[in-house]
Amino acid sequence: MSPVRFEFNGHGVWAIYKFEVARALRTLVQSLVTPVITTSLYFVVFGAAIGSRMTAVSGVSYGAFIVPGLIMLALFTESLANASFGIFFPKFTGTIYEVLSAPISYIEIVIAYVGAAASKSVALGIVILLTASLFVPLRIVHPLLMAAFLVLTAVNFSLFGFVLGLWAKGWEQLQLIPTLVVTPLTFLGGAFYSIDMLPPAWRAFSLFNPVVYLISGFRWCFYGKADVNIYLSFGMTAGCFVACLAVIGWIFKTGYRLKN
Amino acid sequence: MPSIISIQNVSKSYASGVRALEPIDLEIRKGEIFALLGPNGAGKTTLINIVCGIVTASSGRVIADGHDIVRDYRAARTRIGLVPQELTTDSFETVWATVSFSRGLFGRAPNPDYVTGLLRDLSLSAKRDSSIMDLSGGMKRRVMIAKALSHEPDILFLDEPTAGVDVELRRDMWNLVRGLRERGVTIILTTHYIEEAEEMADRVGVINKGSLVLVEEKAALMRKFGKKHLTLHLQSPLTRVPAELAAWRLELKDQGLSLECTFDGGSDVGIPLLLHEVSELSIPIKDLETHQSSLEDIFVSLVSERVPSVRS
Repeated sequence: MSPVRFEFNGHGVWAIYKFEVARALRTLVQSLVTPVITTSLYFVVFGAAIGSRMTAVSGVSYGAFIVPGLIMLALFTESLANASFGIFFPKFTGTIYEVLSAPISYIEIVIAYVGAAASKSVALGIVILLTASLFVPLRIVHPLLMAAFLVLTAVNFSLFGFVLGLWAKGWEQLQLIPTLVVTPLTFLGGAFYSIDMLPPAWRAFSLFNPVVYLISGFRWCFYGKADVNIYLSFGMTAGCFVACLAVIGWIFKTGYRLKN
Repeated sequence: MPSIISIQNVSKSYASGVRALEPIDLEIRKGEIFALLGPNGAGKTTLINIVCGIVTASSGRVIADGHDIVRDYRAARTRIGLVPQELTTDSFETVWATVSFSRGLFGRAPNPDYVTGLLRDLSLSAKRDSSIMDLSGGMKRRVMIAKALSHEPDILFLDEPTAGVDVELRRDMWNLVRGLRERGVTIILTTHYIEEAEEMADRVGVINKGSLVLVEEKAALMRKFGKKHLTLHLQSPLTRVPAELAAWRLELKDQGLSLECTFDGGSDVGIPLLLHEVSELSIPIKDLETHQSSLEDIFVSLVSERVPSVRS
């Protein structure tokens, strides 16, 4: 039996990663400034204008309460956009031929593209966190778990975005899932409210929304209070991770919409 | 000469049922320039894409420099460079960045000296910091070649390398290809310009409707399938071909003022011998014309003879 060889095309992974990060730096306004301005506007509208008239939620001021949800909202949106565009654009322009003909494994391709997209999203999440701290007093009860949750969620949605980018045949399809599925689920997932505030029937219905578990878990890391069991939140996050990996594995194995 | 690429029983059928390649066997020799000719849709690009890992073969196997392109894809692909037919580049990148990217992607450590030399060889030094979108079509074509050579491959696939480029650049490309061959790079090119294959190739393969119709040394091909055509313009008309010349299968044309004869491409003695015999018969000749069929004539003849429907 021949010995098992471990090979890793580190130069290849680094080349893709660097390329993707360089693209974000070239479009810094779109990548960073726009999300920060959007989030700041949310603080102005929901935190200052409306929040000042609202009572505290679960013992947390409304302005501070929405911070985890806003970070998650930006994280979902940017992770999806970065990762889906990262792999869709080479498909669209035809430069994907180079990646497909390179001595690089599918796992390495995923690490490079998803790693770059997740890195950008995490950086954005940190910037939004710092921006939020200018508007409202923040406390983070479980900082390490918060960081882990941030990274894991960024990776999850980047994986999901990567799947979208592989699946999409055109620009419209690329926008379809984020606009029609992810954004509504996020807004209905407790980004701006606790699901405990909902009537019982709607609350029960909300529990079918996976985003509820992610936002609740992330908020728990900040304030130690959650809408749903924290283990369920971590379980849901891990489940999403495994599901995305399985779909990507199948796509690369079959070459679906990637290889003839 | 040892083989560097071995294509064994490779075929391709798409899910739609389209049969793009019939089972093909082909050996590419180390250090040669191999020209793959064929009409549009013949399967040239499909075959190249299979070898490069972009398309999955339905059957068969390919060995590149001793490495199976599926099981040992890393080692195989490291040795192969591809210049695709389309000018697909990242418009916003600089020349330097995109060539360096390709080198990294193919697992090579950064080597600014090598990339600098490569850009110099391709007359791209002055454009190294230019965005690709600012380059002319010819310059973009050079960038594609620089990307393909960035990881120092032993085998280079050029898919229609001079499509849409001007005559001067085409000559430059030919010189570049010859230079690469001298450095030991094996080159497989597809082209619509038969003149290109005639000018550069050591061997020629003709592919048509997914089948490899023939593989031959270019010189042997010219000898085997090429024809020499001789026309003798006479001073006074003949009423019939003299019986002494019957063995030459001459045709009398132009109201008896021309004698025409076709020789095999490999014949070196036919024309002088015929001229000698005509002279012996005291047939006065005013002028003579010869025409040798080009590779293009041979190609057209091969493709149209074997598959008449190709002519549309």
